Parts: sequence; structure tokens; C-alpha cells
Amino acid sequence: MDWINAIIQGALLGGLYAMFAAGLSLIFGVMRLVNIAHGDLIVLSAYVALTTSVGLGLNPLLALVIVVPVMAGFGYALQRLVLNRTMGDDLLPPLLVTFGLSIIIQNALLMGYSADPQKLQAGPIETASVNLGPITLGVMPVMVFAIAVAVIAGLQWMFYRTALGRAFRATSDRQDIAQLMGLNRAHVFGLAMALSLAVTAIAGVFLGIRTSFDPAAGASRLIFGFEAVIIGGLGNLWGTLWGGIILGVAQTLGAKINPGYQILAGHIVFLLILAVRPRGLFPRMDG
Amino acid sequence: MAAILELAGVLKAFGAITVADDQSWSLGTGEALGVIGPNGAGKTTMFNLVTGTLPVDGGAIRLAGEDITDWPAARRCRAGLARSFQVPQPFGAMTIFENAFVAATQGAGLAPAEAEDLCLDVLDRTGLLRKANTMAGGLTLLERKRLELARAMCAKPRVLLLDEIAGGLTDHECKSLIETINGLRSTGISIVWIEHVVHALLAVVDRLIVIDFGRKIAEGEPRAIMDSREVRKIYLGIEADA
Repeated sequence: MDWINAIIQGALLGGLYAMFAAGLSLIFGVMRLVNIAHGDLIVLSAYVALTTSVGLGLNPLLALVIVVPVMAGFGYALQRLVLNRTMGDDLLPPLLVTFGLSIIIQNALLMGYSADPQKLQAGPIETASVNLGPITLGVMPVMVFAIAVAVIAGLQWMFYRTALGRAFRATSDRQDIAQLMGLNRAHVFGLAMALSLAVTAIAGVFLGIRTSFDPAAGASRLIFGFEAVIIGGLGNLWGTLWGGIILGVAQTLGAKINPGYQILAGHIVFLLILAVRPRGLFPRMDG
Repeated sequence: MAAILELAGVLKAFGAITVADDQSWSLGTGEALGVIGPNGAGKTTMFNLVTGTLPVDGGAIRLAGEDITDWPAARRCRAGLARSFQVPQPFGAMTIFENAFVAATQGAGLAPAEAEDLCLDVLDRTGLLRKANTMAGGLTLLERKRLELARAMCAKPRVLLLDEIAGGLTDHECKSLIETINGLRSTGISIVWIEHVVHALLAVVDRLIVIDFGRKIAEGEPRAIMDSREVRKIYLGIEADA
């Protein structure tokens, strides 16, 4: 029964990883930008939530109402003012710039908040749980998973049913032709980054409620995000959710064997899947 | 007839090769202008310059009197310039409807509901309605060519640039294409049409220009141009020593 419990906890944790990954996947899908700063942006969101919730005396869950638009606005400005200037046929310049951004964010957080671990206090909901027979489910993990599913369903709907989503897909498909159809590339890219950071903000707040974080916590979140995207198959959002779940389950099962194996088990499963299915489990089928 | 599109001394060279050599011509509002010339004469390049895919080296391009020479491609499209490609360039991972929808919402700037109506109407007129939900990546050449036209029409252009849209079509298909284009003209759209299928061109255009080595070498009434000795010599490559 312990094992089943571990699998369920892992799957719920996977929802959080899927949210780390969704923003990363969106940016890569729309503009072929590999955002090395993504993990640090998750942590930055957690700090923005910390400041808002402490400063205004808000529950961090309510602080989302402020953190999400702030991060989205930051994303749009970041893309228009900085990253768009580096975008072109070459993937390397934007990658290097986001690498620099990662260092800048980490050090700015270190200056502003010190290296001490912080945590977002969401109150009694953090420890609330429901008993389902022999299995006990935490209310928070279930809520995070439900929100992850809702976020991915929302992104999926946006991509395939709205004018903006079709603009994203047209840009992803053929950038040059999209511009001849009246798409302003700089603006579309800005919107994609805004949306990515809106999702990132949600992920960052839940990360901060779940565990303590410090300015250097971004790197491992970036790797979890990448692994979830690649396990699921690039460009497939539901696949990304599965990627997050597989990674989460691998980690909790690893921890069950030996607490030291948690992270290692995740990486090993990732490498195994990469070896067997290099395009991920659910690669996108397209023309 | 006021000029809707005007090129004044447009220059473009790739290294030592001049692809647009002091090109000047204008398109009247509601006019259909045909463009002919041998392969490699710089016809498609001229479209790339007009739509903003390539920057000009010199000269000016004006749309409805406004200088658009330095405008990015997207802005030119929203201002009313749309083109079709000789080699169809659909968004392959999107459906036919979605291809048209992007042009209608972005190029024509329509709200989703209006855009949907426009797309369905255009797809109906171009014979693609039954395939509206098919992925554009899996279409036949004829369907791709129709999609090129449909997508350009959904951007609600004031000036439509057609690049060899009749090439590779059967006589019957060509006839229905001519009807579609003449139908478009009656809605007031001005057209520039590059075409090798001369009989299709002559069924539509009011005026012809001939381009060779990036230079405009003749211009005038279509029949007169086709009969002129210079055009027969350069374009058709016959009677060189007659």
C-alpha cells in the first residue's frame, strides 16, 4: 500500500512539474527559444509572491491575482525590449542571453532577499488532507494537480480554438509567411512570453507553498521542466502533463527505495526514455 | 485612375546581379496588371520587394499615396497588400480553415466571428469548403494553389499580388480560376499577376508589363505587347534573326 501511495503522491507532484514545463514548451514551440532562465523565473515568481503576501498580508494563493499579471507584464517587456533583439536564424544568441538573464536574476534575488531559504505560508490548507480508505491525500497536492490539468486544458484550447492560438501556431509553422499574413512577429513573441510567465507564476507560487526556496533553486526546476517536456514529446501539451507525472512518480519511487535516490531516479527514467524513444513518448504528429 | 500601388526607381542587387533595375510602374485602383518575362527576370523578386520580404536598395514604393518603403511586411499586409506564392507555402500543421482564419484575423484585422464568416465565404468561392478541416500539409497541388488564393483573399487586400497561380492547372481548372479572379475584380480589388500561362492572363488583365534582367522593357495594351517584335524576341525567344 505504501507503494501505491508513493505512486499517487508522485503523480500529483507531476502536476507541478508539468506547470514548470508548460511555459518552457510554449516558448520553444512558438519561437524556438530555449529559455535557460526559466527555472529562475519560477523562483522569481515565488519571491514576488512572498513580497506581495507579506507586504499586503495576503494568503499566497490570493497573491496569485497580483503575481500572475506582474509576471506576464514582465514577460512581455522582457521579450520586446531584450529577447526580440536576439532572435534570428541562429538559436545561440537568445540562448546565451537567457543564460545571462539567469545569472542576473539569481544575483539580484541574492542581493534583495539573501541566501536564506524562504517559504510561502498558505495556512491550514497546507496540512489539510482527506482519507480515502487506506490512502491519505493532501488537499494542496490535489489542488495543484487539478490546476495543472486546468492550465494545460486552457493552453490546449487557446492554441487550437482562438485567434491568438492560431497566430502562435502560424508563427511556429512559418515565421516569414506569417508576417506576410499581417502577423507582427515582435508582438506575437511578446504575447507568447507573457503567457509563458503567467503559467510560470502559478507554478512558482505552488512551488513556494510546497517547499522552501532560495535564489539558487531555479536550476533544478529548469531541468525538471526540460525533462517533463522531452519525456512527453516536444510540442504536445498533454504529453507534457504525462512527462511531469512520469518524472514525479519516478522521483517518489526512488525516494521510497532510498531517500537519496529521489532526484537520481527521475534522471535515470528520463535517460531510459530518451534512449528508447528519442522523440518522447507522445511526439506531435504533423504534416 | 488614381494609382493604388506605385514603384518609383526601385533598385535591388544581390552582389553583382541586379534583380530590380530602376523599376518604375504603377497600378491603378481597380486595375489588373499582368507581368510577363523570362524565368529569372526578377518578377518574383519584385513581389518580394513590394511585400517587404526583401528590403530595397533604392527607390520608393507607395501604397495609396503613402510611402511604405520602410514598412515591415506585417504592416504592409494590414495596410492592404496580400500575395500568393508560386510554390504554395501553407501553414502545414494547421487546417485549411485555420490558414484562412489567420489571414482574416491578423491581415484583415477582423474579430473572430466576422473572420469566420469571411473565411467560409472565401473557401466556398475557391472550392475548398468541403475540405475546410483538412490539414494543409496533406493537400494536392491544385488545392494548395487554391489555398494560396483563399488565404490572400481572407487578408482583405486592396492590392492582390498573384504569382503564377495558373501554372500546372488543367484547362478546366484554369477557366474556373479566371472566373474567380474576374469575380474578385468586380469587388474593386486591384491585381498584379505574374503568369506564364498567357491566355489566362489575357482573359483578365487590362495592361501588361514585360520584365527582363530586372528591368521593365515594355508596357502597354496586352495584345499590342504580345504582338510586339521586342517581346516576341526576348520573352518567347523566337524570330531572333527574322
